[in-house]
Amino acid sequence: MRVMAQMAMVMNLDKCIGCHTCSVTCKQAWTNRTGVEYVWFNNVETRPGQGYPRRYEDQQRWRGGWQLNKRGRLTLKAGGRFKKLVTIFSNPVLPSLDDYYEPWTYDYETLTNAPLQEHTPVARPKSLITGKDMKISWSANWDDDLGGSQTTEQQDVLLGQVSERITFEFEQTFMFYLPRICEHCLNPSCAASCPSGAIYKREEDGIVLVDQDRCRGWRMCVTGCPYKKVYFNHRTGKAEKCTFCFPRVEVGLPTVCSETCVGRLRYIGLVLYDADKVLQAASAPEDTDLYEAQRQVFLDPHDPQVAEAAERAGIPYDWMEAARRSPVYALINTYRVALPLHPEYRTLPMVWYIPPLSPVVDAVRETGHDAEDHRNLFAAVDALRIPVDYLAQLFTAGDPAPVDLVLRRLAAIRSYMRDINLGREPQEAIAEAVGMTGEQLYDMYRLLALAKYDERYVIPPAHAEQAHRLEELATECSLDYEGGPGMGGSGPFGETSGGAAPIAVENYRALRDRQTSDTPAPSVRGGPRVNLLNWDGRGTPQGLFPPRSTDGGDDSGEPKP
Amino acid sequence: MSTAPVHPVTLAVESGTGGILLWAVLPYLSLAVFVLGHIWRYRYDKFGWTTRSSQLYENRLLRIGSPLFHFGILIVALGHVGGLVIPESWTEAAGISEHTYHVLAVVLGTVAGVATVGGMLILVYRRRTVGPVFSATTRNDKAMYLALAVTIGLGLAATVAANIGGGGYNYRETVSPWFRSVFALQPDPDLMTGVPVLFQLHALSALLLFAFWPFTRLVHMLTAPLGYLTRPYIVYRSRDTRLGTRAPRRGWDRVG
Repeated sequence: MRVMAQMAMVMNLDKCIGCHTCSVTCKQAWTNRTGVEYVWFNNVETRPGQGYPRRYEDQQRWRGGWQLNKRGRLTLKAGGRFKKLVTIFSNPVLPSLDDYYEPWTYDYETLTNAPLQEHTPVARPKSLITGKDMKISWSANWDDDLGGSQTTEQQDVLLGQVSERITFEFEQTFMFYLPRICEHCLNPSCAASCPSGAIYKREEDGIVLVDQDRCRGWRMCVTGCPYKKVYFNHRTGKAEKCTFCFPRVEVGLPTVCSETCVGRLRYIGLVLYDADKVLQAASAPEDTDLYEAQRQVFLDPHDPQVAEAAERAGIPYDWMEAARRSPVYALINTYRVALPLHPEYRTLPMVWYIPPLSPVVDAVRETGHDAEDHRNLFAAVDALRIPVDYLAQLFTAGDPAPVDLVLRRLAAIRSYMRDINLGREPQEAIAEAVGMTGEQLYDMYRLLALAKYDERYVIPPAHAEQAHRLEELATECSLDYEGGPGMGGSGPFGETSGGAAPIAVENYRALRDRQTSDTPAPSVRGGPRVNLLNWDGRGTPQGLFPPRSTDGGDDSGEPKP
Repeated sequence: MSTAPVHPVTLAVESGTGGILLWAVLPYLSLAVFVLGHIWRYRYDKFGWTTRSSQLYENRLLRIGSPLFHFGILIVALGHVGGLVIPESWTEAAGISEHTYHVLAVVLGTVAGVATVGGMLILVYRRRTVGPVFSATTRNDKAMYLALAVTIGLGLAATVAANIGGGGYNYRETVSPWFRSVFALQPDPDLMTGVPVLFQLHALSALLLFAFWPFTRLVHMLTAPLGYLTRPYIVYRSRDTRLGTRAPRRGWDRVG
């Protein structure tokens, strides 16, 4: 057992209203630069829909992720090392800008510069790629809210795989939103595709990052990622991707997309996993086994054996505590309501989703039955507007059983909590029907409906024990000051060589000198150099002012008329 | 004195000051700039060390032109290694006569040369005509393209002229020994004085190109990702302890 910690996220799709606040704040924080205008580390897709970039889920075409070869071994779908190097001069399956969209701005200047004329001046769209006028025909959310779905509905990759016919007739249509960020996979195929080895997974928290100094712009990662969440900055010639806001996460803050989520649908927490089992799980023979296989990779932080192994692996105590409180682990393994996105890509993604329970209550009420009776609700799950099959294509490689269980559990919360809210005796039978206890159901309700900021985001800060040096608290070797017997002080090449003496040390010495000396505020070094930081305003330290001319003999210091 | 060497040991007087400057000083200048320039660039501009691919803008022409050019130039480079680095006596010892070598070189060189020049023409045409690619082209890029095109063009012209004019030129008796003499730190400018002018110009343009190399996007050649063949697929790295913190002092490094 090799315990590793992974920072992971769960999104509750039932709460997503598709407001794109996460996308906008993410863009402002990370990709508001030239070269990445078309880049959305976080995007929100309407499903059914094409996604971003268009039809990214069509792996027959884009060849992202992993697959099993004839011998059952895990290989990159776009080809192994040798093929990558042979095709390095022209990546055969790189999405073009047309598959994303051509970014543009507007000619705003015209609005203020245009001469007086009969018609209002118009700010025309200008391409950010060519700089010329352009006709806007597509963008990241062109099919938002099923807009234009009459012409694009058949472009949804999953619809082609769903067995039952899905109609887009207005009365029976359905949709939900799918916010997507980088999955920070346990088995990242982008990192495996990078010829330079610039993409790495951090040992401490599993965040997958691109080393901008090592990236040489070979573009294989864009192909390798089946979620198309690695983007090519066409100005700098480097790959860029979602960073899980590591500068924020390192100090215990949630990512920008989570922080600003209006629906509070995101959960962040640690998951412990066994690194030795990752390859085995990713090589599960059947696509439909992958959800269960990945769940088996996760380790129970409450297990004493796991805790012991984690300690041996150098995972700090407060991280273990955070792993025990992790809402992500609870939603994935304790309540089993979170599912991975497209496990069939075999990358073991680490951003999981609670599938949406479409307007099921209304649907049941229309039939004239008690809409919140659990028996009616369970029966309705099978006839949901959002077909279980469609959700299964997204989350379980087509196996409807896990999705069905999740939806039943979500429905069970409604029925169970109704009794409590109405002051009636809660029915344990409801919980049993979905394989849980009433207490678990209540806890799950709390986590899904009430959880506050510190329960949704359980993020232990990174251990940068050396960071305190930056604050110069002088808690290191107390003899390590200039002139002291420690190893610090002047370097071999004179006063300014070597490191700078911490201000804190100097201040301490200055304070001590001041308290024990006879004259007020002597200079630190006895010479003409004066540290104004140490001068407390009392007296005039030697060397602070130029020597007074002594010919007048008047000590009053008053200027003479 | 029938055993007297064809080319006497360095006699700088014979090649004149110009010859010394061109064939003994310039090569070292060029090499020094090439090596030190790369070190400097790697230390101070790692972020700029990239292919700056324009595939995102246009793929139809690139798909043909880029592999054609790159594979062509790789074979050309191998050919130069074979022609310049390996002495004639070695190939003869291996039983390859001058004629066989020449035929082999011309055939392989023609194929690689046509591929290189063809690919380059496609790429230059693409760079000029495709709007987004052209607007992403810097002045540095243009200068680099010029230096590269001149060098390749002169090399091709020298070979073609020598082979059409008269049965080929055996550069392995002059240019190659000179090339090796530079690396043996005993530069022999005499060897280059009698060489056909196109070969001389090709060598000079190549020297200038190498001096310009570290400051262009050509640096991506030096980081050709051959390590990919042997490294594990997934790279794990520890959080950078130096990010935002001071480097630990000598003797105070963390344990483990």
